[in-house]
Amino acid sequence: MNVLNSFMNSRIWGRGATALNPGLVLAVVVVFIALSFISPYFLTATNLLNVAKALVIVGIAAVGETLVIIAGGFDLSIGSTMAAAGMLAAYMLDSGFGVAAAFCAAIGLGMSIGATNGVLISYFRINPLIATLAMLAIIRGLAFVISNGREIVITNQTWLNLGTGKLAGIPYIVLILVLVYLAFLLLLPRSTFGRYIYAIGSNARAARLAGISTQRWRLLIYITCGATAALAGLMLAARTGNARPAAAMGFELDVITAVILGGASLKGGRGTLLGTAIGLILLFMINNGLTLAQVPSFWQQVVKGGILLAAVLYDELRRGRVDDG
Amino acid sequence: MPTPQSEMSGHNPGADSGARPPLIELRGITKKFGGYTALDGVDLKIGEAEAVGIIGDNGAGKSTLVKVLSGVHRPSSGTMLFRGQKLTLGSPLDARRNGVEMIYQDLALCEDLDVAQNIFLGRELKKNFGPFRVLDRQAMTEAAANDIADMGLDFDVEREVGQLSGGERQMVAVARALQFDPAALLMDEPTAALSAEKIRKLWEMIGRLKQRGVSILLVSHRFTDILNICDRIVVVRAGRIAGEMMPHELPPAQTMAMMTEMMTGDTVGNGAEA
Repeated sequence: MNVLNSFMNSRIWGRGATALNPGLVLAVVVVFIALSFISPYFLTATNLLNVAKALVIVGIAAVGETLVIIAGGFDLSIGSTMAAAGMLAAYMLDSGFGVAAAFCAAIGLGMSIGATNGVLISYFRINPLIATLAMLAIIRGLAFVISNGREIVITNQTWLNLGTGKLAGIPYIVLILVLVYLAFLLLLPRSTFGRYIYAIGSNARAARLAGISTQRWRLLIYITCGATAALAGLMLAARTGNARPAAAMGFELDVITAVILGGASLKGGRGTLLGTAIGLILLFMINNGLTLAQVPSFWQQVVKGGILLAAVLYDELRRGRVDDG
Repeated sequence: MPTPQSEMSGHNPGADSGARPPLIELRGITKKFGGYTALDGVDLKIGEAEAVGIIGDNGAGKSTLVKVLSGVHRPSSGTMLFRGQKLTLGSPLDARRNGVEMIYQDLALCEDLDVAQNIFLGRELKKNFGPFRVLDRQAMTEAAANDIADMGLDFDVEREVGQLSGGERQMVAVARALQFDPAALLMDEPTAALSAEKIRKLWEMIGRLKQRGVSILLVSHRFTDILNICDRIVVVRAGRIAGEMMPHELPPAQTMAMMTEMMTGDTVGNGAEA
């Protein structure tokens, strides 16, 4: 028990709003060990690499969602943004544009969708759930209308290589994920952008009275979320080899589950990218374990929903305990 | 009915300072919210190193007045002068840039941030990091620790504000206001959530600030706060200045009776209710 107490109370987990939940790390270790015993296939390099590849797409989108949730917001439109970004890039390549121009345009589209969310939420004060739910429907609907429901097969080798190529045995998309996380892990504790995300999520009024333009920062946070969603959409298309209007449908569930599981509070002000990364690992290990155990995919959905509920309940209980204390 | 304002006229240090204009002067400030007039032609002067108490009933316009002074509300009409120069405050940041700091009734702290992060919120110290300007966390932590030590307090500035007691939070709000050497400190009901011991400490601190030359504007429901701290008392009623008085020139019972009369508009017999 002493070892467990020392583990849970160690200073290595950090302090305050950016502290990691040691229980989450413990859960990853326990699930990892359990799956190693349950399935002999789990601990093979091929399987672990597959888990990493599956995790990448959700992982990139989860960066922006983490920032939005720490800032006290919410974004349900990331799946639609992913599909729209992939389709725009595919259209542009088909129309003769270069891959760089197509990627820039796709990221720009994601930022525009994020900006629209930001303006609706920050300037018109529409509830983030409603604003981004409406955007989810609008963007997905437009993707179907414009494409007539047809998918575009990607023939550009550079793009496809991103999904299949490797550098020193590590898939490019895993490297991209690591780079995105490293960039934001370096940025957040050292920049006013990072500081204000926590301040706005913790007490937006106090932040405003301290002279922070909460409206502009919120806008920037949603733009960042749109950009990471678009990048995730490009990586998804690279993996699947096509751009479809129905792509990434329901990805929101995985992304939000990972973020909340990682310790970000729905009330804002708390959470870390490292926590989200560990939440992702836990979520995808459980997914993988269920697949290896040949649990039908419909049941996997039920389990995912259950994990999200459990994570939110844990957050509520933790908050309640703090408030009561 | 007596007219206390005329009775006490000529006692305003801000107005009497001759060559030096008052630190802050309001002329005919009116603030309307839709059809409701919260402030109606308010004239007020706050002198350098003067402590002015604002007292009034609920809804009298005290908080609106202090929010106009701190840049939270823009006045609908009227003029604001700072050291004799016309000043327009579009935001709390404008007020801060002019040396006017505000401590809000709810303290306006971010509970998930630590003490140092709250003290420097909106005015973070930065340093060069290659081609970038990044937060200087160490400098902010050290400066915040010095602020807290200077106030005679002892708590870890890397603790989350949400984990502090009510009194400690109050001190964080004071430390934040003092960090940038304000010319004026506005306080809205600063003792509302404090114990008697903490209130005494706050009064001592305000006394030290006055000695340092900081002007104080204190909004409070509590007569004792006002009487203990303030050089001059301004009574607000129905959005107007109902009167002013100098508490140190009158016996406390008479001061309290006059304050009550001005707040309510009714005569208080012999000052007994005070």
